Amino acid sequence: MANQSTKKLELSKDSLFNLLLVVSAVLLVMLGVGFFLSLFQASLISLKEFGLSFFVKAEWDPVQERFGALPFIYGTLLTSFIALAISLPFSIAISIVLGEYFQKGFFAEVLRYLTELIAGVPSVVLGFWGLFFLVPIIRELEMKFDLPPYGVGIFTASLILAFMILPYSASIGKDAMRLVPNELKEAAYALGTTRWEMIKKIMLPYARSGIIAGIILSLGRALGETMAVTMVIGNYHGIPENIFSPGNTIASVIANEFTEATGEVYLSSLMYLGLTLFIVTTVVNIIGRFVLKKLQSQR
Amino acid sequence: MTKYELRIIKSKVISVILTFITIVSTFPFLLVLYFIMKNGISVINWEFLTSLPKPVGEPGGGILNAIIGTAILVTIALILSVPFGILAGIYLAERSETKIAFISRLVSEILQGVPSIVIGIIAYLWVVKPIGYFSALSGGVALGIIMLPLVIKSTEEILKLIPHELKEASLALGVPYYKTILKVMIPAGLSGILTGVLTGIARIAGETAPLLFTAFGNPFLSFNILKPISALPLLIFTYAISPYENWWAKAWGASCILVFFVLSLNIITRLISTRR
Repeated sequence: MANQSTKKLELSKDSLFNLLLVVSAVLLVMLGVGFFLSLFQASLISLKEFGLSFFVKAEWDPVQERFGALPFIYGTLLTSFIALAISLPFSIAISIVLGEYFQKGFFAEVLRYLTELIAGVPSVVLGFWGLFFLVPIIRELEMKFDLPPYGVGIFTASLILAFMILPYSASIGKDAMRLVPNELKEAAYALGTTRWEMIKKIMLPYARSGIIAGIILSLGRALGETMAVTMVIGNYHGIPENIFSPGNTIASVIANEFTEATGEVYLSSLMYLGLTLFIVTTVVNIIGRFVLKKLQSQR
Repeated sequence: MTKYELRIIKSKVISVILTFITIVSTFPFLLVLYFIMKNGISVINWEFLTSLPKPVGEPGGGILNAIIGTAILVTIALILSVPFGILAGIYLAERSETKIAFISRLVSEILQGVPSIVIGIIAYLWVVKPIGYFSALSGGVALGIIMLPLVIKSTEEILKLIPHELKEASLALGVPYYKTILKVMIPAGLSGILTGVLTGIARIAGETAPLLFTAFGNPFLSFNILKPISALPLLIFTYAISPYENWWAKAWGASCILVFFVLSLNIITRLISTRR
């Protein structure tokens, strides 16, 4: 009898545990849905007021309560794509070096740590370093080229962003290179190719989707990166004239103005910016992950 | 020189160039480390770690409020995200084919890619607005949401790696399902879950953006989770953009402590996960 009742107790504990699991999964879904709905609802005032013209108007005027996000969208895209362009050659070089030349051993490990650990340095510390190390250097450069010596600006922000996203694209690229089957490499050697010819003709095409996924995912990072960019971009509200001018990104505007925003329309416009950032990064990430999954299912 | 020799030389030259580029790409990291050490280490002493900030102009003072603040924020984030994340991770590993699993996995992946500043907005809407003022709790919620997908993913992945035989053996011995999971599977996957949690702590300890309008910062020592609280990254930000040289020095010291903490966590997790 006693035995049976413990068994029943265990059974009910089992169903309780199962219920707990389902509840946590459902809660997670609700968290995601709630996330979007809250953001959407908070942007509603601005959304109704400005609609889609929010994205093409260049004025950001808290006094008149007229808001358009064009300069910030432009700044975000500009910094992210310059950062991608700067980091791309390095990322491919690291992928080849760590994915083929040095796969094991002490030197490989040291290189891997040194290339990846910068991703662990908090963004605010990188921004601080950028402010005191990079900004003076860029200012010198600008004086040499007869540009207004701001020091801060789009280019400085892009440079720091490039450092920050490099580890992501490099490590995904490296993994993709290491997945190239040995038989393929050996077949290429057997046909008389040199090592570089093998890398160029066999490994790079084979690992292409992994490298592309790495680039897309690092773009997702760059678009939403906040602190380091906020500290060195110069926080100028107009459309930047050239890549050395000060500017602003979506994230840096939110970071700078959120606590000071007075008035419903102003705050709601900042939320609208947040919603935009959320949607864009989510789409970019989903595409990146899709490419990555396709790569994994090839195996 | 034959054509063949030329090709070999080309291959060698390219390998040298690529290795050189790779070495160059480590320079920013080394420069950052050098800069932080050079400017930060001399600032750190016992007083710096154990006293509160003094007003501008007065020498001395420390960053105790920020250290305690970061500890409290990370603790709140852990309490919110670890149990929830492990349960959701178990669900995803155990019922990986259901519709709920598919959607919640998607949500977790989307959350992982959301910029931290947007998560800060959500914490503001969900916690700061209803309560009416900035608080440590809202900062902890923001950091918890950032950490959640990392815990979920590491739990799911490690549970999927554990051989089926282990679970089946436990069930065949008559161990109830929940005990099989909690007493057999979770301990077997503990190192993986731990890696996820440590990675998460390393990530959130340095997060600044979501704290700007949640934890907000506080120059005084605070243990009240319903009041604004300071944090190391917040303090670094405030001091870095201030015009006072004395504060910059403090920010270098704080950066040194934060970077040392975060990088050691990163290296520890790498060591744990490569040993596996």
